[in-house]
Amino acid sequence: MSFAWAKQYEPKTALTKWLDEKLPLPRLVYNAVGAGYPVPRNLNYMWNFGVLAGFCLMIQIVTGVVLAMHYAANQAVAFATVEHIMRNVNWGWALRYAHANGASFFFIVVYLHIFRGFFYSSYKAPREMIWLLGVVIFLLMMATAFMGYVLPWGQMSFWGAQVITGLFSAIPLVGEPLQVWLLGGFAPDNAALNRFFSLHFLLPFVILGVVILHIWALHIPGSSNPTGVEVKSESDTVPFHPYYTAKDGFGLGVFLIAFATMVFFLPNALGHPDNYIEANPLSTPAHIVPEWYFWPFYAILRAFTGDLTIPFTGIVLIPAKLLGVIAMFGSILLWFILPWLDKSPVRSGHYRPLFNKFFWFGLIPAMIVLFVCGGAPAEEPYVILSQVATAYYFLHFLVILPIVSQIEVPKPLPFSITEAVLGKDAAAEARTGAGAAGDVGPLPEVSLQPAE
Amino acid sequence: MASDTAVISETGSEEGVRRRDWIHIAALSTAGVGGASLLFPLISQMAPSADVLAASTTDVDVSAIQPGQSIKAVFRKQPLFVKRLTPEEIAKAKADDGAPMRDPATLAERTKQGHEDILVTMGVCTHLGCVPLGAAEGENKGEFGGYFCPCHGSHYDVAGRIRKGPAPLNLRVPEYEFTSDAVIRVG
Repeated sequence: MSFAWAKQYEPKTALTKWLDEKLPLPRLVYNAVGAGYPVPRNLNYMWNFGVLAGFCLMIQIVTGVVLAMHYAANQAVAFATVEHIMRNVNWGWALRYAHANGASFFFIVVYLHIFRGFFYSSYKAPREMIWLLGVVIFLLMMATAFMGYVLPWGQMSFWGAQVITGLFSAIPLVGEPLQVWLLGGFAPDNAALNRFFSLHFLLPFVILGVVILHIWALHIPGSSNPTGVEVKSESDTVPFHPYYTAKDGFGLGVFLIAFATMVFFLPNALGHPDNYIEANPLSTPAHIVPEWYFWPFYAILRAFTGDLTIPFTGIVLIPAKLLGVIAMFGSILLWFILPWLDKSPVRSGHYRPLFNKFFWFGLIPAMIVLFVCGGAPAEEPYVILSQVATAYYFLHFLVILPIVSQIEVPKPLPFSITEAVLGKDAAAEARTGAGAAGDVGPLPEVSLQPAE
Repeated sequence: MASDTAVISETGSEEGVRRRDWIHIAALSTAGVGGASLLFPLISQMAPSADVLAASTTDVDVSAIQPGQSIKAVFRKQPLFVKRLTPEEIAKAKADDGAPMRDPATLAERTKQGHEDILVTMGVCTHLGCVPLGAAEGENKGEFGGYFCPCHGSHYDVAGRIRKGPAPLNLRVPEYEFTSDAVIRVG
């Protein structure tokens, strides 16, 4: 679907006419990311990160496929083949550093993309399916990144595999057999390394497939925008090409400067030195941490130090280990019900004064605390800090957000995107009439304000 | 498809149940059972292979371990701690036998009769599988003087019992026997 005023693809040369009849691929591209896709005219730079995330996926697939040509997934030689890539393979160091830092940058842009979704409520109707598919992509990314980190078979690789598969052993009854099944042994070894390599190669292509569904679902309602007011007329939109190809192109340039700086000048800044020590099943590193992008979730895992018991009886309902695992997975899985927790009809955080306060002074500080605690050793004060932040995290989504969305009085919304950009246009308002404004939630009052 | 529906409507009988329904059910069930049975090898191949499972035993000479000293051995590719307790440690462990614990066990239950001073445990934290510290000299033994897991802060006492932190169970005591006074066979 697209808006009625979307430009139509018209093949001009004989070749494109012939192709359009047989396989209308250029038409598909034209309608997806070309002039045939009308996009709200007021998108800010927070709307760059979807394209950047797609670009990161391409970096990872291209560098990953060529790294796989030189790597061997066998516990006897895996560590050595990674060093072989670094020292002997032509440009191997650049490819590997690009792949390792590419993972970090993929998570940076995806976190900013998710942040955009949280603040502008991109998950709300009619865009729930885009959000749900996005959460699926994020979970697949986490699995892929974890398995990729195991492949160099360094100390952090090995103990990361041990700890993360150990999470499954917390599940009652089937947990320990499940862990043995996942690893193909009683501890991470050749069987685990091989299957992680196989899946690490497969999953990016699964992600690519879900990304296509994500974009397909996006093109049905069209892109959201910073006011949260839906598109009403042609003057609210501009064609994706050339307007947003240019804006995304600029963002891509900024992204590449940052990425190249890391790859060429600080290639190991985001990694862990212990992973340059070959895996040793008999010695755990003193301070074992996952990659930085897992820190907030790792902090939630470690925040549960006591069992859930029936008071005064000592009967354990849920042991601490299982509580931590449930909370860690739950912290992401609850995003699946986010579109139904936040009932406010207003999308943009700019027009939601109460939501805005809890967002900037509650959720964001809690996430920062979790991030810091996840990378810190398991001692005070980090334990108590992560417990407080974990409590707030769940409270925010499960209690505060539903209540705030019910009691909050939103600020007046602009009548349309055009008005938000250019100021009030009485003639346009009279033309479209008040009936069209019904779908934006609370009707705007006379004192309309543009965003910001 | 158009011709299919024509045939069905011709053979269709009263009460909405048709002879062809039986063929549909039979065909789908057969294909379904066949398809599901194909999943078995695909799932089972991920379980430990025969060489990993092959019964393995490890003999450990414990005669050279001094009181208060521990050694690390390897059993099924996992670390194994063998520790000779000092008389003070035995007394401390016995004194704690009645203390409130997450996974209550006495020292006697965790050692072999007549060899109360030899504590054999897996060196695998029951939380998420790290190797606890405390087996080598100079390592952090935790608040209870036994083992301390640095990953998530689990404290084990001198008998390898979980006393504080997230781990749910005591350090596992594998099956073993004394083949002589000096040698144990684990597995």
